[in-house]
Amino acid sequence: MQGFLAMGGHGGYIWPAFALTALVLIGFAVASLRDLRRAQKTLARQEALRPERRRRKAAQA
Amino acid sequence: MTMHRFANPGRFMRFADRALPWTLGAMVLCLGAGLYLGLFVAPPDYQQGESVRIMYVHVPSAWMALFVYTNIALASAASLIWRHPLADLVAKASSPIGAGFTFLALATGSLWGKPMWGTWWVWDARLTSVLVLFFLYLGHMALMNAFDDQARGRKAAAILALVGFVNVPIIKFSVDWWNTLHQPASVLRLDGPTIHSSMLWPLLLMALGFTFYYVTLLFIRVKSDLLAARARALEVAALQAGE
Amino acid sequence: MNAFLAVIGRDLRLALRQRSDVALVVMFFVLTGAMFPLAVGPEPNLLARIAPGVTAVAALLAVLLSLERLFLADYEDGNLELLALAALPLELVALAKVAAHWLTTGLPLVIAAPVIALLYDMPADGLAVTLLALALATPSLSLIGAVGAALTLGARRGGVLIPLLVLPLYVPILIFAVSAIDAELAGLTALPNLLLLAAILAFALPFTPIAAAAALRQALT
Repeated sequence: MQGFLAMGGHGGYIWPAFALTALVLIGFAVASLRDLRRAQKTLARQEALRPERRRRKAAQA
Repeated sequence: MTMHRFANPGRFMRFADRALPWTLGAMVLCLGAGLYLGLFVAPPDYQQGESVRIMYVHVPSAWMALFVYTNIALASAASLIWRHPLADLVAKASSPIGAGFTFLALATGSLWGKPMWGTWWVWDARLTSVLVLFFLYLGHMALMNAFDDQARGRKAAAILALVGFVNVPIIKFSVDWWNTLHQPASVLRLDGPTIHSSMLWPLLLMALGFTFYYVTLLFIRVKSDLLAARARALEVAALQAGE
Repeated sequence: MNAFLAVIGRDLRLALRQRSDVALVVMFFVLTGAMFPLAVGPEPNLLARIAPGVTAVAALLAVLLSLERLFLADYEDGNLELLALAALPLELVALAKVAAHWLTTGLPLVIAAPVIALLYDMPADGLAVTLLALALATPSLSLIGAVGAALTLGARRGGVLIPLLVLPLYVPILIFAVSAIDAELAGLTALPNLLLLAAILAFALPFTPIAAAAALRQALT
């Protein structure tokens, strides 16, 4: 295991390279999913208001 | 008006929802297999030792940097020529991802370079070209966000993307030219001796995995934009109805 | 043709009325060139080594600085809309404005280049190629810069945005211009690099006005 982590002395470069890749890719994915959730919530809120608005308009008319 | 163009994004969203599990699954499979082969099975390089394993994230990242930029150029052309509303959003969603891959290509290239040449940065032709590509991405993102009118930003960015895309081969050629003129005494070979099949497979699998990652994220991001646009459209309609 | 020349003429007259603008471009060019010896020391061999690069970069930056106002004045006072509606195609309008821009920016830089060559003690054959390389490079800089200027009309922080958009596109021009001068100074032929510069110009001439006009139309909607 030690030998695997050390990677012939280059471990200090190899593992940060893979870790950075994972960090960037996962980070983008998390941010994109968060934006999606937020958009879904906003849309749900707007659509929930719609029948409410129609009822109000009908009541006004 | 921008509003009603996105008002019914149905077909794309239904396609995205159906395709997502598949692209996600393919991504996990390819990355898993690629990482396993690259880290455990593939041999170290005769000259570079274990550090050659960085190639399995560096080279696919560089490929993706160029692949995504090509996609942006195609989407930009579709946006300008056919005025396809989704094309704008594809370009907008792709740009940060492409910039991310470009950054990774640079960073992992730097981490590969340090044990090889003893410095964190080398002005070799490939790294230098990728650096210029990185600036092309940053310019694209900056231009898209520089206008209060989002649609204007996307259209301007589309023109910039096409101009940049035409320049990419010219820039690559000029940087190669520049590099050979100033060639240092030792020959810098970034991918070592000829690629052996034990090295080729993890490379291709990682590249494929990254591609599925990009497609997955693209679906998610475009879907976000479409939902947000629909929400805005409803909001504006409500305001106009006088509430 | 008359309309084309009229656009150039009007821009030139406006530029000459503000003669200080042209002078500023040249002064910036020379000042930047003078900064480097102060920064790296007066050692002649070092200065001889960096002279072509410094000249090219200083010229490039001077052109960059002047790009923002290429379309801005006309955009803000409504004249650009008139030009877009006029008989002359917007592509040719853009080309005419670029021609006027080069006459008031690129050309003065070519004329001022000997000053920098003097400061760096550049030999005469190097100077000749420097003038030729700048004469071939600066029109391309104006052409490509015009696309950047048109794209950023009405943008927030347009002035800072233009260099970010345009500098990556300038990289080939920079490389070939400096390589031409370097080659001449090394006793080799500058021809391949000069031909490459000419090729870039030949390519930019028909295509950049199209991109610039498309960007201008977007700015006007």
